[in-house]
Amino acid sequence: MCGIVGLFLKDKSLEPELGAMLSSMLVTMTDRGPDSAGIAIYGASSGNSAKITVQSAKPKKDFSGLEAELMKELGTDVSIDIKSTHAVVTLPKGMLEEGRAAIAELRPDIRIMSSGDAIEIYKETGLPKDVVSRFAVNSMAGTHGIGHTRMATESAVTTLGAHPFSTGSDQCLVHNGSLSNHNNLRRELKREGMTFETENDTEVAAAYLTAEMAKGKNLGEALEGAVDDLDGFFTFVVGTKSGFGVVRDAIACKPAVMAETDRYVAFGSEYRALVNLPGIEAARVWEPEPATVYFWER
Amino acid sequence: MPTFDLAVTPLRDLNQALHDIAPGDNDLQFDVVNPRGHHAVASGVHAPVSIDIHGSVGYYCGGMNEEAVITVHGSAGPGVAENMMSGRITIKGDASQYAGATGCGGLLVIEGNASSRCGISMKGIDIVVRGNIGHMSAFMAQAGNLVVLGDAGEALGDSLYEARIFVRGKVESLGADCIEKEMRSEHIELLAALLAKAGISDVRPEEFSRYGSSRKLYNFNVDNAEAY
Repeated sequence: MCGIVGLFLKDKSLEPELGAMLSSMLVTMTDRGPDSAGIAIYGASSGNSAKITVQSAKPKKDFSGLEAELMKELGTDVSIDIKSTHAVVTLPKGMLEEGRAAIAELRPDIRIMSSGDAIEIYKETGLPKDVVSRFAVNSMAGTHGIGHTRMATESAVTTLGAHPFSTGSDQCLVHNGSLSNHNNLRRELKREGMTFETENDTEVAAAYLTAEMAKGKNLGEALEGAVDDLDGFFTFVVGTKSGFGVVRDAIACKPAVMAETDRYVAFGSEYRALVNLPGIEAARVWEPEPATVYFWER
Repeated sequence: MPTFDLAVTPLRDLNQALHDIAPGDNDLQFDVVNPRGHHAVASGVHAPVSIDIHGSVGYYCGGMNEEAVITVHGSAGPGVAENMMSGRITIKGDASQYAGATGCGGLLVIEGNASSRCGISMKGIDIVVRGNIGHMSAFMAQAGNLVVLGDAGEALGDSLYEARIFVRGKVESLGADCIEKEMRSEHIELLAALLAKAGISDVRPEEFSRYGSSRKLYNFNVDNAEAY
């Protein structure tokens, strides 16, 4: 099954509550997928810094001394905020590539979850309530975010197999469904220079969108292409630094409900996920049409 | 008049109370508040009870209904009124996928839109939708009537058996073996009765087109292979 949620805030006064609202939506979707859970939060981006979220199976060993070593390697100020198995490395803007390379060099076992100006991704195996409390997602502020609770079908139950998948700067995607042409597409994308960390079908969808956007498409246009080029069942919710999009395949058997008010746009696999949102009773609630792209940008 | 608040009372208690109604009981008006998208609200009811649900429900509301009159004052998730046997279910808002699927009898009224696969494999149920319906509706429908005041999506009535489909708006496309048929006087009469039963008086049966099976797929014939 899998459960997915998304929230794009229009009203600035809700931003301190983003993490709490998304967590509540995600925990409600637990019985659609208890294998693993993940959440991507777009925090307020500060003018001069960028961040890389990393994950380690041995956080004590891997994160110890990393801050100092990175500063030495990069020759600039770096700070690390450790949260359980994850850590957010903050470094000057424009140094994301050098930062990623330095982390890979210094700690080969560390996995990079996301990088960009605003995005942070936290994902682990286990129940959504445990995952969100482990990373204190409740207290996080931000402008928009997406979350996923997974019932594994196409690849193993591992941290890396959890969603969201991020294959480009400030981009991420969550998926309910299964793709049937992901192996072919992965080969083609590899030829174009994309790299993959898992055998997961969703990672291919994320990489496809990244590759299309790298060619100059905006998220909306990339999602239009996905309807034609991806084969299988999908409901996708995607995020970029300033955008939020939803698309379903033409058969549209994976469920989706959306709600919009003056204050937010929200997505849930089921209406249950939306019931605690402020003003939901008066929101415009609808089921996204098959093969139709819905896209918001601030 | 029992009222169940699903914000504080487990759903199981409501469904158990509905299933416990015995012949001769006279407390036959139930109110349900705060359904908050719960699944299987008022499913499997088998009594002439009237149930008003104030808010939106999740999957399989009113499934397998026999005799009950259920009104959802909100929207319904996937599979509302699935396999209904008799009685009546009214959705004041929209319904999600496969509304009224496999229904054997009774009346399902959707005052908003219905999504894809509305009336899939229906076997005698009557479904009246005031708004639009999505793709693959009435797929393999065997018996009963599907009435749509708005438009129908792609592949309407694919592999249809003997169910009748009446659409007032436009049809995106017809599925395999589904064709438009003449509206004869008996169909006008039937449709007028269905609209009246659904409480709809602002449209005339003459405004609808009728669709049904061309019956080419009943037996395999290689000359009809194109129709599949």
